Amino acid sequence: MIDLSIRQRLGAFTLDIAFTAEERGVTALFGRSGSGKTSVINAIAGLTRPDSGHIHIGDSMFFDSARRIDVPVEKRRIGYVFQDARLFPHMTVRSNLEFGLRRVPAADRRIAFGPVVELLGLGHLLDRRPRGLSGGEKQRVAFGRALLAQPRLLLMDEPMASLDAARKAEIMPYIERLRDEMNIPIVMVSHALDEVVRLATTMVLIGEGRVRAVGPVGTVMGRLDLSAVTGAQDAGAVLDLTVERHVPEDGLTVLAFDGGHLTVPRVERAPGASVRLHIHARDVIVALQQPVGVSVRNALAATVVEVAESGPSSADVRLAVGGSFLIARITRAAVRELDLTPGRPVVALVKGIAFEPGSTGLATEGRRVVDV
Amino acid sequence: MDILTPMETTALLLSLRVAGVAIALGLPVAVLAAWVLGRYNFPGKTLVDGLVHLPLVLPPVVTGYILLVTMGTKGVVGGWLYQTFGIKLIFTAEGASLAVAVTSFPLMVRAIRLSVEAIDGGLEAAARTLGAGPVDRFFTILLPLMAPGLLSGAIVAFAAAMGEFGAVITFVSNIPGQTQTLPLAIYAATQEPGGDAVAARLASISFGVALIALMLSEFLAHWVRRLIGQT
Repeated sequence: MIDLSIRQRLGAFTLDIAFTAEERGVTALFGRSGSGKTSVINAIAGLTRPDSGHIHIGDSMFFDSARRIDVPVEKRRIGYVFQDARLFPHMTVRSNLEFGLRRVPAADRRIAFGPVVELLGLGHLLDRRPRGLSGGEKQRVAFGRALLAQPRLLLMDEPMASLDAARKAEIMPYIERLRDEMNIPIVMVSHALDEVVRLATTMVLIGEGRVRAVGPVGTVMGRLDLSAVTGAQDAGAVLDLTVERHVPEDGLTVLAFDGGHLTVPRVERAPGASVRLHIHARDVIVALQQPVGVSVRNALAATVVEVAESGPSSADVRLAVGGSFLIARITRAAVRELDLTPGRPVVALVKGIAFEPGSTGLATEGRRVVDV
Repeated sequence: MDILTPMETTALLLSLRVAGVAIALGLPVAVLAAWVLGRYNFPGKTLVDGLVHLPLVLPPVVTGYILLVTMGTKGVVGGWLYQTFGIKLIFTAEGASLAVAVTSFPLMVRAIRLSVEAIDGGLEAAARTLGAGPVDRFFTILLPLMAPGLLSGAIVAFAAAMGEFGAVITFVSNIPGQTQTLPLAIYAATQEPGGDAVAARLASISFGVALIALMLSEFLAHWVRRLIGQT
């Protein structure tokens, strides 16, 4: 369990953050620039010291103002992948990777050099200096260096912010492998929703130095009151589905979840594999009955849960689809005419899906939203 | 054939020794000063900075005079050293080393400080998260990265130390074989009838040493920068 509660004055504003999250997987601290996200992980690493509060990871107490505990950074064994990599310029990639490893007693070394080099594809870079590496390569070395220090927790500060889209697509699968194969809890800071949606298990929404929401990504993303914090453009729900079957003759794949099925362009995953989709509110249409003579193929039985104004003329409608949620952004006039009140059964038509490129092996690599 | 007379050889070797000792003793202090001045802000920093640079702008004779007053056998510090340890600086080669160490100190600090200020502070934070304590970080991160400034600073300061005249002659006088370094020997030669040839030879040596030192400094700094991956 990650149990954190900190208060810290930062110039004009006060950081007052408290949340708990399970250690497994990726906890994403999401919010706008300047919301205080990085200050939170700097406090976890010990690089800054909160005025008061506590930071407990599992049974390790790193900071506790009441008990006067403040473990120095170098004793915490918390890996940190900085936004700007911060590789040591005077050392080769190999020496960089071994820097933390050599400072851990042999008996405590669970993560070995070879597998990490393999996992991150660093074999051909070992004898080079950081100076000649691309941004993506530098960031991969930084991941490896942090991992080999045998951390009990890995922090990442916008690890992809300095990378272009292509480099980002190159790095993402590596982070997924870290998450899925290394079994080290990760706390990641991000202001890019696509990263959070793709990588996070738990989402902590931070705004103006406070926690606005915390919970599983799908739950937090499904809340209407948070679209101002998550960014109005990207408002939408997140669904976790599994691959049910492929329809090769049409180039389609059928995905299943507890609310029904979605048919999408072919996903290169074996049946049974899990897929996460981000469905933008502007790509969901609400109908009163099962429509006929429409090109949209994905129609899900849903129930209106909540309606909230989201602009001068628009409203966001939160729909329960099985145990999951969708959000539809429609006009307020439509809400009135269709009489969309909580409890009303409707049909949700999904006309676009944002795949996170690469995560699904989708053929339309690079396009964020595909029509379905 | 002997190019140099024994007296001239003595002066050259003495200069090398005096400058060598001065740099060896001054360098660790210069690294510390450069580190503190380049990295930290503290009350009185401007004053400390000024004191470090003072020998650069003071007439060397004044530096020598201050040393004479404080470090002479009757001076506050010098007297104590003499009474307690029997160490005598005045009129000795060790005293000459002290004098040139003081005058060349700012040159070292300036060069090293430039290197220190160029080091990304984030690297140290990264090293901390990887389990490196303060001493560890100093030797594995900071020292290698300040090496270019350290080397070029030390060499330039060495060359300047070999050439220091005013502070040396004021503090330890001009005693052949003991405190008569190259510039002092040149000065002595110009004061003697028929000493022009000696002065010219010694001046050429000084010229050569200075030029070689400057070139070596550039070359080494370049080489070290490549070694630590900065170019």
